[in-house]
Amino acid sequence: MNKILRVNMTTLTTGTEAVPKEWAALGGRALTSTIVAKEVIPTCHPLGENNKLIFAPGLLSGTTAVNSGRLSAGAKSPLTGTIKESNAGGLAAQMFGRLRIKALIIEGLPKGNAWYSLHVSNNGVTIAEEKELIGKGNFAVVEALENRIGKKVGVITIGPAGEMKMLSANISVKDVDSKLRSHGRGGLGAVMGSKRIKFISIDDSGAPGIKPVDPEKFTASARIFAKAIMEHPGTGQGLPTFGTAEMVNLVNEAGGLPTRNFSLGRYEGHEKISGETLRETMIERGGNPSHGCQPGCIIKCSQVYVDKKGKYITSGFEYETIEILGANAGLGNLDQIAVADSIMDDIGVDSIETSIAIGVAMEAGVLPFDDGEGVLRLLREDIGKGTPLGRIIGSGAGHVGKVFGVTRVPVVKNQAIPAYDPRAIKGIGITYATSTMGADHTMGYAVATNLMGVGGGIVDPLKKDGQVELSRHLQIVTVMLDSIGLCLFIGFPAADIPTCVPALVDMLNACFGFELTPEWIGGLGVNTLKTERAFNLAAGFTNKDDRLPEFFREPLPPHNAVWDFTDEEIDEFWNF
Amino acid sequence: MNITVRLFATFRFGRFASATRQYPPQTRISEIIRELQIPDTEISMIMLNGRHADPEQCLCEGDSIALFPVVAGG
Ligand code: SF4
Repeated sequence: MNKILRVNMTTLTTGTEAVPKEWAALGGRALTSTIVAKEVIPTCHPLGENNKLIFAPGLLSGTTAVNSGRLSAGAKSPLTGTIKESNAGGLAAQMFGRLRIKALIIEGLPKGNAWYSLHVSNNGVTIAEEKELIGKGNFAVVEALENRIGKKVGVITIGPAGEMKMLSANISVKDVDSKLRSHGRGGLGAVMGSKRIKFISIDDSGAPGIKPVDPEKFTASARIFAKAIMEHPGTGQGLPTFGTAEMVNLVNEAGGLPTRNFSLGRYEGHEKISGETLRETMIERGGNPSHGCQPGCIIKCSQVYVDKKGKYITSGFEYETIEILGANAGLGNLDQIAVADSIMDDIGVDSIETSIAIGVAMEAGVLPFDDGEGVLRLLREDIGKGTPLGRIIGSGAGHVGKVFGVTRVPVVKNQAIPAYDPRAIKGIGITYATSTMGADHTMGYAVATNLMGVGGGIVDPLKKDGQVELSRHLQIVTVMLDSIGLCLFIGFPAADIPTCVPALVDMLNACFGFELTPEWIGGLGVNTLKTERAFNLAAGFTNKDDRLPEFFREPLPPHNAVWDFTDEEIDEFWNF
Repeated sequence: MNITVRLFATFRFGRFASATRQYPPQTRISEIIRELQIPDTEISMIMLNGRHADPEQCLCEGDSIALFPVVAGG
């Protein structure tokens, strides 16, 4: 990829730059984090003029490699105050890749109250004032842009929550069906809103595309890679059949299913919100249980969920959202959760942060647990319209806890802990504590090894032994996935099928003429993690921020598991 | 003795979700797996009363086992 696009919103000017040599073998997260660390003042206000918003496709995005089209977005996070990278599927990364755009860097803040849009094409990037779509939901933005520019337009957009600079605001990306995928975590939608950019449209007509240096070797290794994905039972069978919601029953059985704001580890209604029930419901109603969010996806973890009359409600209906609203907020009703998911996509908020924030609000008595209609009203009427209550909940779980005086507030570095209780699945607790991004299961998905033995056998989820090493190893490898543009699920075959990782390295070499060895992966992971951590330390964070909230010392039924790591044990994580 | 056997995901296809069945004393988990014709290689998690268990473990009256194939979340 041969160019960097730069947009300055203070001067309303744009430019194209050559890619510095040291960035050539970086992509996705490794690149956004490198640029944030180099160009953003760590102590800056995340919504001020010194923060920058960076988009970078994965190294292989835009090639024919399967499952490689994820886009990374990076900035200093307004939610956590840390460095942030959040990646999403959809079409944009592949379009950027084909346009040979290595990164889009957006800096500065415009004066005045006008809103803008960016348009990315083979000629670079342009800025235009936008009036028509301000205040509109994400689905309306996609529809209007398809009418305005053409059906094939790529879209990156923020909803009303991003315009209001809510800390839970996400950035949405148009997918293959003109629906949405999201850069969910860390409030990056607020950063885009602070720069007063409502959307970025992408036209890849005339794109040069990526022609591998050694096409035969590329095709051969791409085939081995695809075969490894299909061979692994998780990616070849589990995900396409049940989607990620299959985790509901499994995590429930393990006693780590967050229930009623993390007060219990099992939910009595788990079968109602399980992957099995989701699949049956979709088959019965004529939805689609196995659906890809981008061309070139052979796993198809996504699905199209329809209502009783067969009308579309939502897609990309994930375990996290289902679990957190279903069990942690006690809704226990897939139809209501699906509607909530669709509203959150439309107004543009992170479904994890928002759903956990709702659980905390329920504990505070703002609305009762199990109140599905109340949740829908809160999303539509309060968060979507920016009432004072909506702004509090839209500021994330940490703020809701402070405003209402709740002590059981599941956050690390002010970012909500997702749908695995760290007391009963301790490996993921180490990831929550030490991640450079705040609590985030995707930074080092220890659940798979703790519960299912992925990567060489079970590491007992209820014991402390081996968890720090496990999380460290996974966090290093995950940087590679996030930088090549791969779905997190590639971590399964990468851990268990020996041909997978060498094939990935071969693909990169054959595509770009690099001379990478498998050791490169470890180096990339270590360097990126250290770069991210150095940014956080310079922003004022210390090892004391790598801690779980105090309430995790209380026993969690059914195993009465507690979070029992000492500070020294956690700090060992960074000893590499 | 009475043992509750619970199956998940693809293991339910052509079998059942949950059943309480009679087994002779000292039955091992692996014997139940064999009886259900689930290939060992497909099993990713065996839970006995909510905790990871070894297939060679013997069962007691009233035990509950849960069998899972590899699934993936995120
Ligand atoms: S596996 Fe899921 S997230 Fe990845 S490309 Fe396919 S549908 Fe999208």
